[in-house]
Amino acid sequence: MNKIVTLLAAWLVVGAAAVFAADAPGGPAVVEARDFPNDAGGSITVSWPASPLETGKDFKAYEVHRKGPGDAAFAKVGETAPGELTFKDEGLQNGARYEYAVYAAATGQAPANLGSARATPRGQWYNTDKTNVLVGIVFVVGIIAFFILRAKAGATLFVRKIAGLEAVDEAIGRATEMGKPILFVSGLSDASDISTIAAMTILAKVAKKTAEYETPLIVPCYDPIVMMVEKEMVREAYTEAGKPDAFEEDSVFFITQSQFGYVAAVDGIMVREKPATNFYMGAFFAESLLLAETGAATGAIQIAGTDRVTQLPFFITACDYTLMGEELYAATAYLSRDPLFLGSLKGQDWSKAAIIGCLLIGTVLLIISVDAGTWIATLFKTAAEGAG
Amino acid sequence: MRREIPLAICLIMGVVMTVQFFVPHAASQWLFDNMMKWLIIIAIFALMLGLLNLIKIHTQKVINRRKDWPYSIVALVGVVGTLITGFWGIGADSPFMVLYNYIQIPMQATMFSLLAFYIASASFRTFRARTFEATLLLIAAVIVMLGRVPLEKYLGGQWLPDLAEWVLDYPNMAAERGIMIGVGLGAISMALKIILGIERSWLGGGEKG
Repeated sequence: MNKIVTLLAAWLVVGAAAVFAADAPGGPAVVEARDFPNDAGGSITVSWPASPLETGKDFKAYEVHRKGPGDAAFAKVGETAPGELTFKDEGLQNGARYEYAVYAAATGQAPANLGSARATPRGQWYNTDKTNVLVGIVFVVGIIAFFILRAKAGATLFVRKIAGLEAVDEAIGRATEMGKPILFVSGLSDASDISTIAAMTILAKVAKKTAEYETPLIVPCYDPIVMMVEKEMVREAYTEAGKPDAFEEDSVFFITQSQFGYVAAVDGIMVREKPATNFYMGAFFAESLLLAETGAATGAIQIAGTDRVTQLPFFITACDYTLMGEELYAATAYLSRDPLFLGSLKGQDWSKAAIIGCLLIGTVLLIISVDAGTWIATLFKTAAEGAG
Repeated sequence: MRREIPLAICLIMGVVMTVQFFVPHAASQWLFDNMMKWLIIIAIFALMLGLLNLIKIHTQKVINRRKDWPYSIVALVGVVGTLITGFWGIGADSPFMVLYNYIQIPMQATMFSLLAFYIASASFRTFRARTFEATLLLIAAVIVMLGRVPLEKYLGGQWLPDLAEWVLDYPNMAAERGIMIGVGLGAISMALKIILGIERSWLGGGEKG
């Protein structure tokens, strides 16, 4: 526990340092040219102090002139509106030295030279804007690794009941009793999507059970790579269950990569084959309700699981059980009860507890108007959101 | 070796691409761009395998006169017909684009349009206030739906749209973000298990392999 608190404190301190560094106030007193930070190179940022001419009604713009290696004289590369005191010059050669001069241009007057500066563009080997992400990942991975090691050492780990996963056996049993097939849809994304991989791991467990019960399994695939991987997984599951001959090569098949074409085909399978149980696991989009509602109309018991927040309401509405968000990723641990998987699940829970702790502290500090609350809020922002 | 090599590739690429995320240098960008190109190349070959799988399954179905085999003829005619028209080019007036614009797009639009009816039927089933949760859902849905309709002058002001916005911005957003945090952690955990070779079912062969 102490280790977790120490790691959390370290994360807060590093994040705060990054935030305060990014928020350092004050513009330049003279013209400055600097390599643009955290990029692949090829760009320089020029900044300058406001010109007294800017307050006059004749002021037009700030002009930025550049002289590169081999250039005999300065050439204008851009201009900015009044009040805009920085300019980013792009498409430059890494390692070459460039000189910039900034002029304040006003109608009827010669441009006033505000000064000049030199800089060399270079690519960076580390993006400092992503420090909070790095610290966060190290923190979460550290906790997960800690619990995996604990589980390896033999610690007993409690996992709460997940109704959707408890119902898997019942749903397969129902299909067996009715003599009808089971339909497994592993989402409409490709094999590089982590939720598709989670869906495939659930399929492996389901396939082993269907092999044991000798229940027909139908796996229509949206992505050909997913199809090939799933075919191997299902084949292995049947082999593991001691029934390699029961595996049907055609049970895992490719349909199409057209979203609604896929839905039409799967809906057709549901209506014609009338599967007793439908699984929808992985990434789903606008088609989620089209699939789930057709399945509900055929009277199938339906278990869905997705990490797509916008599709969850549709599955909750039309399915008997829905695995929400992280429950999809917890399925392998839950179904296998393997200590290593359970350890990683425990690590997730503790990471979540740490994040909830940060959120609560930040909320309380913001409510009582302490500035520290603001930097806790900024701590979770990534470069893409504009923190950097 | 059948397992060790894929596991080693997975470990190396997992670590390399994680490091790549933090490195903005041109060399890192070059690596990322090339990985994406390889992904596309592999996907194209895989698509060809998918196409062969589709043709094989439906041809066998037709030959063996299996259940619902006439549907397979429609599928085969569609696949082969589209493929053949593609040889005349894919310009604006080509047969391929005629098939695409006047058959495929209307059929896709038809499937998508069914969503409106399915939302109505699903809502009807769900919004019956049989439990406390269903009642809450019903109340929230009525507020949000009516809040989206311009009824201000009949309802005496802006209070209903404001209430609908509040429902979306606070309770709904809080729940959504809670799920998103869980998803993020779950994805990290899953990625870690795959990179370290703890999760091996993707190799085909159960949890431990």
